[in-house]
Amino acid sequence: MLQEAYFILSNYIWQIVDGLVIVAIFPLLAGYVVLLERKVMADMQARLGPMRVGPHGLLQPLADAVKLMIKEDIIPESADRAIFWLAPVLSVFAGMLSFAAIPVGPGFLIADMNIGLLFIFAVSSMGIFGIVLGGWASNSHYSLMGALRSSAQLVSYEVAVGMAMVSGLLLAGTLSMKDIVGYQAHSGFWLVFVAPVGFVIYLVGSVAETNRAPFDLPEAESELVAGYMTEYSGFRWALYFLAEYSNMVVVGSVATTLFLGGWLRPFAGTPAFHFLDYAPPLVMLGVTGYCVYRIPKQTGWDQKFIMAIFTGICFVITVPLAAALPHPVAGWQAGVHGAFWFIAKVMAYVYVFLWARFTFPRYRFDQLMQLGWHYLIPLSIVNVMGVATAIVLHREAGWNPVVSIGVTLVVTVLAALWLVRAGERREQATLKSAA
Amino acid sequence: MKRFKAKFGEAVREAWLDRKQAILVVDAAKLRSICQFAREQEKFDMLTDLTAVDWPKREKRFEIVLNLYSFPKNERLRIKTHAADGEMVPSVITVWPAAGWLERECFDMFGIRFEGHAGLKRILLPDEWQGHPLRKDHDILQQDEAWVHENLGIESGQ
Amino acid sequence: MDEPQNPATALPVEMPIPGADEIVLNMGPQHPSTHGVLRVKLKLDGERIEASECIIGYLHRGVEKIAEHRSYQQFAPYVDRMDYVAAVSNGLGYCEAVEKLLGAEAPPRAKVVRTILTELQRIASHLLWLGTHALDIGALTPVFYCLREREEVLKIFEKYCGARLTTHAFRIGGLQYETYDGFEHDVKRFCDDFEKKVEEYEQLLTGNRIWVGRTKGIGILTGEQAIALGVTGPPLRASGVKWDIRKAMPYAAYDQYQFDIPSGQNGDTYDRYLVRMEEMRQSRRICLQAIENIPTGPIMAKVGKVLKPPPGEVYHAIEAPKGEIGYYVVSDGTVQPYRVRVRPPSFINLQAFDTMARGHLVADVVAIIGTLDIVLGEVDR
Repeated sequence: MLQEAYFILSNYIWQIVDGLVIVAIFPLLAGYVVLLERKVMADMQARLGPMRVGPHGLLQPLADAVKLMIKEDIIPESADRAIFWLAPVLSVFAGMLSFAAIPVGPGFLIADMNIGLLFIFAVSSMGIFGIVLGGWASNSHYSLMGALRSSAQLVSYEVAVGMAMVSGLLLAGTLSMKDIVGYQAHSGFWLVFVAPVGFVIYLVGSVAETNRAPFDLPEAESELVAGYMTEYSGFRWALYFLAEYSNMVVVGSVATTLFLGGWLRPFAGTPAFHFLDYAPPLVMLGVTGYCVYRIPKQTGWDQKFIMAIFTGICFVITVPLAAALPHPVAGWQAGVHGAFWFIAKVMAYVYVFLWARFTFPRYRFDQLMQLGWHYLIPLSIVNVMGVATAIVLHREAGWNPVVSIGVTLVVTVLAALWLVRAGERREQATLKSAA
Repeated sequence: MKRFKAKFGEAVREAWLDRKQAILVVDAAKLRSICQFAREQEKFDMLTDLTAVDWPKREKRFEIVLNLYSFPKNERLRIKTHAADGEMVPSVITVWPAAGWLERECFDMFGIRFEGHAGLKRILLPDEWQGHPLRKDHDILQQDEAWVHENLGIESGQ
Repeated sequence: MDEPQNPATALPVEMPIPGADEIVLNMGPQHPSTHGVLRVKLKLDGERIEASECIIGYLHRGVEKIAEHRSYQQFAPYVDRMDYVAAVSNGLGYCEAVEKLLGAEAPPRAKVVRTILTELQRIASHLLWLGTHALDIGALTPVFYCLREREEVLKIFEKYCGARLTTHAFRIGGLQYETYDGFEHDVKRFCDDFEKKVEEYEQLLTGNRIWVGRTKGIGILTGEQAIALGVTGPPLRASGVKWDIRKAMPYAAYDQYQFDIPSGQNGDTYDRYLVRMEEMRQSRRICLQAIENIPTGPIMAKVGKVLKPPPGEVYHAIEAPKGEIGYYVVSDGTVQPYRVRVRPPSFINLQAFDTMARGHLVADVVAIIGTLDIVLGEVDR
């Protein structure tokens, strides 16, 4: 009996270790994503951002984490205690579970499911339960309104996002995350070039799904104080925060896998571009060099020491990347290089989120709904039909793939323009009737 | 100003110019119709301010002061009326809706009651507060200690 | 909504019967975007506002009562504490009102310096408005740009009179301080840079679809409604009434300078935004003209150390950044004013809130509060 259990367990030992690593490391990474966000924000707003805790605020995430953990944990008297307790956990659970199916690099994958994409889609939608329950359990008007907005928003945008995914799936012909990347490696182009409209819809929809600005209505701080998080404090609040950032990374990972070629290097199939394999170690070496350059500029030995530690971390990452040269094709060499490109793409995607957040004002709720139902959903349907037509034209009628894609793309873009025009007319009409 | 005199005769008690400002003192009873006239015929379309001054030694201690402005004529006009403590003053809210909060403030600060004002309650002070602080017999350090004690749980903040 | 909502007879917002479709939401007095301690009770049907009630007074300090117990000069710093983001304008109104009461007039040099500082203050006040208004609507970035420019104005104030916020820059009868060396240079440099900066804000917001969607058609106030409710300042001008005390009844040195009064047509939040943006440009224009030619001469009229204005009363109003700020000062011939009444523009503009907010959504409430540009220190006094 025991041996049997051991036997079963030993089969999954790597999955368990991977899972533990993700649960252990991700909160820290999320903290650094927050730091990154604050630094990007500061840069856009002509400020410096966190500079006090550690050199350039590098220890800020740790300080924040400690602060949040030792903060008083307040549960409102009229709250439903059990659900109040459960809700943030549920959110984080859903966010973390999605990581199981995300292929970071060739071989760096916890669970290679044949329904990987569907799994992520389903699990990440579960996170909304945490928000709705938390908002309801708080027993506050602001929280309730935040929760209601959040659920309405998710329902509306899930359709468009799902349709956008379908347009990619039609081309790849599989739901397995690994095989989707495999298809892109095999065909030689990323799906974003085949279904650009689908990618744009996914981008907009994923911002809305993760409740990020300009669609951050569930937590709109100027209207609903903090929306569903109003009554939360301390560690529970931190859990919601963690869930939000893990969701951001999850949608970034899905977009990367589905549209941006996953772990593939740009021009992966072209031998002439093999020199790009030197980029990852060189980039990391550059970062290391910059850190070394900054060490003497820090004031105080403690700051210098911390800077040195970060230099060391950068260097440790450089070593396997460099060791995998000259041309990583298989095994762990391909794995680390794949992971580098994957993370770089996810970060670029997340950067777009941040960029949008600091540039745009917030939508109003009815405008958000309008954008979802009047523009994105019709457009996503047209897009799916367009992609399907292109595939049929190519496979059944034998058209040149470029021509068939081009024709359907033009039709889709025309449909988008028509939608925008119709929307503008509608707006004019409502403005007139209001005046 | 002459037109006001001609129209309302005795109701306009005094009229003079002080530092180039036109001032009318009118009967409280006729206040509303005079204001109506000022707005409609004389085009004083904006009520800039409505306030009061307390003269405790006078027979009618409160002087209610309305500052009007006319957009077409680019002129200001001040209409004053007098009221004794507890006497009702006709509200001008039907003439200028702007009077809503201003009359509430007057009631709050002086305890002048306006007749025809539906929502006359305190505006700056809490609803249950006792006393009208801008009256001259209200000392500057005086406050509603009972209220403070009950609602803020402290002894007088002074 | 032809007739403005009568603020007094507006439906009192009371708790509905449990189970009804309406909820009552209390916004404030502690809320991120009520600009201080304003409390708004909203009766909501879903997210749509059916009725609203502003509850104010949380910041009441009895400024008018204090005035009766201080001498004329002693009261001057108190007025800075009302609209604390436009203290210079408040001070100008008070000083001019008392001067009018005394029959005195500030010398030409003092008038010009007053004009420059007041216009700089208008820019600073509008910048703070722009930043917070944008922040309320969800644009996080403009506020930092706005504060950066406002800082430059505050630096000029600091150099001139030693204070940044509650400046007490003017005295009854003129100025206490001569301008510092390099004052003209500082103002000119600020004005030269400022042109580009306004462009920058406009690029971020004016054409932005989300911004336009959030502000166009929101909180409409027609010209008649605005006048009936006593609304003044940029909200009045945005409703199409081209009226500015600086032109209509010039004070300080405004009659010497060329500037335009911007105005809107629709009276919505977007128009108010455009009007204020243009006002900043016009203020810059006034500053540039004034700085060219500051007359020399004394900066203080002969008013004496102890002010005993002859008995009488005076109402003097100036165009503050928020609207018409008026001082009604009654003198009984002693050293203390018998009564000082402040006509606070924020207080009276806030009265229009109910008219503007009905039928809109919760998210629009913050846009409307922002666009009214109220300062609770002035509302509550």
